[in-house]
Amino acid sequence: MSAFLTYLLNGLAVGCAIALIASGLVVIHRVTGVVNFAQGTFAVVAGLCMSSLLGLGLPHGASEVAAVLAATVAGLLTGLAAIGKPGVTPLSSLIVTLGVGVLAYAVEIVLWGDQPRSAPGLAGSVTVAGARIQTQYLLVIAVTALTFVALALFFGRTYLGKALTACASNPYAARVVGIDVRRMGLLAFALGGLLGGIAGVLVTPMRPISFDTDVTLIVNAFAAAVFGALTRPVVTLAGALVLGVAETMAAGYGYGSHQLEIALGLMIVVMIVQASRRTAISQEST
Amino acid sequence: MIDVRALVVSYGAATALEHVTLSVGKGEMVALLGPNGAGKSTLANTLAGLLKPASGTVEVGGRLALIPEGRQLFPDLSVEDNLMLGGWRSGERDPSFVYELLPRLAEIRRRRAGVLSGGEQQMVAFGRALMSRPSVLVVDELSLGLAPNVVTDLAEHLAALNRSQGLTVLLIEQNARLAFDLCGRAYVLESSRIVAEGDCAELAEDPKVAGAYLGGAIT
Repeated sequence: MSAFLTYLLNGLAVGCAIALIASGLVVIHRVTGVVNFAQGTFAVVAGLCMSSLLGLGLPHGASEVAAVLAATVAGLLTGLAAIGKPGVTPLSSLIVTLGVGVLAYAVEIVLWGDQPRSAPGLAGSVTVAGARIQTQYLLVIAVTALTFVALALFFGRTYLGKALTACASNPYAARVVGIDVRRMGLLAFALGGLLGGIAGVLVTPMRPISFDTDVTLIVNAFAAAVFGALTRPVVTLAGALVLGVAETMAAGYGYGSHQLEIALGLMIVVMIVQASRRTAISQEST
Repeated sequence: MIDVRALVVSYGAATALEHVTLSVGKGEMVALLGPNGAGKSTLANTLAGLLKPASGTVEVGGRLALIPEGRQLFPDLSVEDNLMLGGWRSGERDPSFVYELLPRLAEIRRRRAGVLSGGEQQMVAFGRALMSRPSVLVVDELSLGLAPNVVTDLAEHLAALNRSQGLTVLLIEQNARLAFDLCGRAYVLESSRIVAEGDCAELAEDPKVAGAYLGGAIT
């Protein structure tokens, strides 16, 4: 039972990290309509920056903040490349983000090499109901919870957040009232970079990061974001937690080499059930 | 307040407006009539700065607000949020003056705009435009898809604002009776060009205009 609880808590932490990256995908897609395939890159940039800065002797806290800022700048630059030119379609922008991801590989290899890097996180562990969980994993869960609350407050209560929602809701109307939709899109990309960066600095102490780790990160995050229809952050969080727990359980019970396939398979089953329920409800209402 | 001269607007190879010249004086209410596809909304969007002219000039004295065709609200946001975003340019965040003018909006301010009736949505679009504290208002199809009593109510509000605050109005309409009732002058836009202009009373007597827009003759 304690092993199950350990896997569950660890899985929730892994799911939270996925949720942070997925929430960046959702924010960018909601505002711009673009699926940003460079989202995993932001986490990698933050993780690699943090490991370098800590290696240079910068203290914890400052290193993490600087790394997240670097990821935010990476997000903004990706936004400039993807939607900077007026009139670019979301599909073209998607291709640009793929290109940015590939370009980022080259830059990362030049700057950090091709070997995985790690960084120390919070040391120690705590015991919860007989289950042992590393303090870093609890930190990931706490930061994710705070981030999602902050996002909900930002989009639900602030004028700027509502303007971003307005751009997603009706870009033409947003322009009619004078909102610069392109600038809001760039802000969304920067926010996506920030969220990816937070994920990166939290994940790096849990698992080594290399230039191509973005593939694993984006596959999981994309599955969670699609689960939330690329627009609903809370459903995305739920999807990410299911993925994280499924992966960790699979690894814990001896199926480590197939954990990703098992988790994604489970996600597909959940989505099919979800879609069939929606179809049934819509048929009943007509 | 609005001065448009030899305006040409194109969508790629297609020309939507050809050498359109039009003016609306300060405090005046002027109608722009025309069938679907004539270029009326293109003109509205150009006046609002959303489209760039290929040639010609557009001058607007003061802040212009557009009530676009089809209301174009933010359906996921509340009525109050829609109104507040209307103040994006002006910095106006307090919609209480809009609630005084349109008390119904105060009653439904917490409801999502997407679930409102057509009349209520048009009222929100009207209030949202007023939040920018405009001196010029361009109304694109005020009456489209609305019940006659709702149209009458909104038209009265528009006329009252014009009288009391000197709001300059360009009313883009297919409903010529409504436009002629509200406005002093009118332009007729067909196939991208202005084909008639003048006092509403004179235009109503014009057999071509009356035949096309008033079902034969004004009553």
